[in-house]
Amino acid sequence: MNKFLKWFASDSFIVSLAAIVMGLLLGAVVMMIGGYNPITAYGALISRVFGDWYGFGEALREMTPLVLTGLAVAFAFRAGMFNIGAEGQVLMGMTGASLIGIKITGLPALIHAPLAIIAGALFGGLWAALAGYIKAKRGVNEVITTIMLNWTALFLCNYIVRTFLLMPGNQRSVDIQPSASISIDWLSQMMGNARVHWGILLAMLASTFFYYFLWKTKQGFELRAVGSNPEAARYAGINVSKNIVKAMFISGVFAGLAGAFETLGVFHYQSVYSSLPGYGFNGIAVALLGMTHPFGVLAGAGLFGSLTYGSAGMSFDAGVPPEIIQIVIGSIIFFIAAQGIVRFILKPVYKRKKEKVL
Amino acid sequence: MAATPVVELKQITKRFPGIVANDSISIKLQKGEIHALLGENGAGKSTLMNILFGLYQPDEGHIEVNGEAVAIDSPNKAIELGIGMVHQHFKLVQSFSVTENIILGMEPSKGGIQIDYKTATEKVKKLSDQYGFRIDPNAKIEDISVGMQQRVEILKTLYRGADILIFDEPTAVLTPQEISELIEIMRKLVAEGKSIILITHKLKEIMSVSDTVTIIRRGKVIDTVKTNETSPFELAEKMVGRNVSFKVDKKPAEPGEKVIEVKDVSVKNKEGITLLDGMTFDVRRGEIVGVAGVDGNGQTQIIEALSGLRKIDSGSIVLNGKEIGNHTPRQISESGVGHIPEDRHKHGLVLDFSVSENMVLESYYKEPYTKRGFLNFRAINDLAKRLVEAFDVRTPSIQTKARSLSGGNQQKAIIAREINKNPDFLIAAQPTRGLDVGAIEFVQTQLIQQRDQGKAVLLVSFELDEILNVSDRIIVVYEGKVIGEVRPEETNDQELGLMMAGSRQGGTKA
Repeated sequence: MNKFLKWFASDSFIVSLAAIVMGLLLGAVVMMIGGYNPITAYGALISRVFGDWYGFGEALREMTPLVLTGLAVAFAFRAGMFNIGAEGQVLMGMTGASLIGIKITGLPALIHAPLAIIAGALFGGLWAALAGYIKAKRGVNEVITTIMLNWTALFLCNYIVRTFLLMPGNQRSVDIQPSASISIDWLSQMMGNARVHWGILLAMLASTFFYYFLWKTKQGFELRAVGSNPEAARYAGINVSKNIVKAMFISGVFAGLAGAFETLGVFHYQSVYSSLPGYGFNGIAVALLGMTHPFGVLAGAGLFGSLTYGSAGMSFDAGVPPEIIQIVIGSIIFFIAAQGIVRFILKPVYKRKKEKVL
Repeated sequence: MAATPVVELKQITKRFPGIVANDSISIKLQKGEIHALLGENGAGKSTLMNILFGLYQPDEGHIEVNGEAVAIDSPNKAIELGIGMVHQHFKLVQSFSVTENIILGMEPSKGGIQIDYKTATEKVKKLSDQYGFRIDPNAKIEDISVGMQQRVEILKTLYRGADILIFDEPTAVLTPQEISELIEIMRKLVAEGKSIILITHKLKEIMSVSDTVTIIRRGKVIDTVKTNETSPFELAEKMVGRNVSFKVDKKPAEPGEKVIEVKDVSVKNKEGITLLDGMTFDVRRGEIVGVAGVDGNGQTQIIEALSGLRKIDSGSIVLNGKEIGNHTPRQISESGVGHIPEDRHKHGLVLDFSVSENMVLESYYKEPYTKRGFLNFRAINDLAKRLVEAFDVRTPSIQTKARSLSGGNQQKAIIAREINKNPDFLIAAQPTRGLDVGAIEFVQTQLIQQRDQGKAVLLVSFELDEILNVSDRIIVVYEGKVIGEVRPEETNDQELGLMMAGSRQGGTKA
């Protein structure tokens, strides 16, 4: 408990909080310049998310893929890599889950749904591992390969949907079998048909897994060593290439899960996308918000998800264009990345605190 | 009455969170003298010089240049006042020529647009001739030796009109011949009216070149003495605060059977250039073999080959009768090889890991440090506590990041880890580089203890004194080959220096 309290008083927590406040304030200034009332706007945003059960459930749904893509980016980052390809890995995850969820019939839900989830995770993981393999074997920078693989994934997934899963006359697949669905129907009914699903819980478990795996296990030790000093890791006898592939695989599994949950829990079908849907890129922002720490990612996704979902309320109820929320998110990320500015502004606060101690 | 000093530091105090780096330090630099600043790592020498060069501001005290109080708030201000710094790590653009590097940042121009290379080159040439630098203004930095690169650094400060030169550990990277040439240059500089502050912890250089020595320990001036009125022993005692023996005590070696046999090992790099050219030597149980050679003659490659970090193209490496050539680093480590790496930041430590995590960098996967796939922090921390205590690693806690330790303590941590592995064969590459006298003594004693316990030790070092003092047998490498073998008691640094330069005269056994 004491440890928990200490964390709230920690430097990084205070700085993040200050960055968020400063981002919100900057957004307010922009709204005022545009002639909107920021208090009404933020009020509408908050009431959209917390005003009723439906809104809350939908905000949770919005957060889930953000948690997972955020974890994907953060995990790769901890292992010294920048996974820009969560986008493509999400699409592969969707496709893996759709294939199993649609094509396999006659299984009980308890087997079918997990199987579809695993398929999605594997598709995402292997797609990312491909970039890891190219880096480990040929030294090609993963930033380049993952960006290229995003587009490859987009067209490959669209091809699979069109060729094998298409609902005739539509730009989408047929629905998945009911046995593959991971929606929580009873809770959904209680929440005014908000699309809540088991993936929300699994995403939280995933961030716990991230934490334990990276900081408590032998394999996590290797990944962190490779991430912060590959030369020293090699010297210490750690197989650097293997760990690069492994880190990318796990990173991709997180992203793949995000895709699988979207298909199995939210839409129950897969669309033919005309462009990249953006889950993975938002994951980069979430990972930055959460300072690449798994619990920070959880919080970051909560914030990002509430802001994006709530921005719809802002435009309906207060007439503020929802794009303004992109400015808020952008400036929060800016302040978190540019911690020097936040610390500079917080300086007087810190000084007083120190004097008190003396 | 003495003349007005060119630079006077008056009661300079600089505090950092938790420590007082400089505690009321006063130093006078007279015109035309070489004033040495002697102190252990972390004694506050660099902080003091950074204050003089305008990189830090003192909390108390002030600086006078030629009798006038000045505020040096940036390096540009320092340069304006005629203060120049020759950094330990050169700040040169490799692909630029000597002249281009020298004029970088203050290029003379024709009409404000075109750089006037002709005037610049002439000026560089003139300066070079005046001080006997013998440097080609048009040579590329990447094509000239380390000693020459240092001269470019010196020229850079002279070109900017420096009268007061600060040399920060100038000899750390030089060969013995280059060192004596540098000393000549320094003498010439003061003869021309320049004044020099020399930061170093090498007593030999201080004795041979300086006029005055100021000894700093833990941020305080211990004493300022005339060099000709003191002795290395007195200086070392003042610097460390206790008696220091220079000659490490050791019994004669009692070599046993061969532990490691390197036979005809050759290595080529990607471009096909031969780096190791049939290197052959062995190390026996209970002896320290020193490898002497100028940097870049295959030392790095043979260490990498021995520790599995580099593939060998031909030849064999046999440890205790078993071939280990081209095995993985982990296989080699497990067959009983310990390795104190050349570059402790690049290879030896994960700087963002805690001291305790670094202690298990090579053994984390074994029982009891890992149990059922999970790290056992109790066992890891117990080990770290034990090693930190036994090897006197000074760290606030075992959870402190390795990055925040001083160089000497980082090195102690690595040595603790490697010795704790209880290897049959210990490779020590530049084990005392950048360390102060106290830490050097500690490291060398550890190596000799390992030898006395029947280990085979390979010592690679650019410090000839270290090679001569610690080794039982010396092999000299040149262009990827062993070109001679001598006994330390039968040779001296002059002879070794000649052999290192590729001459086969001297004590070669053919």
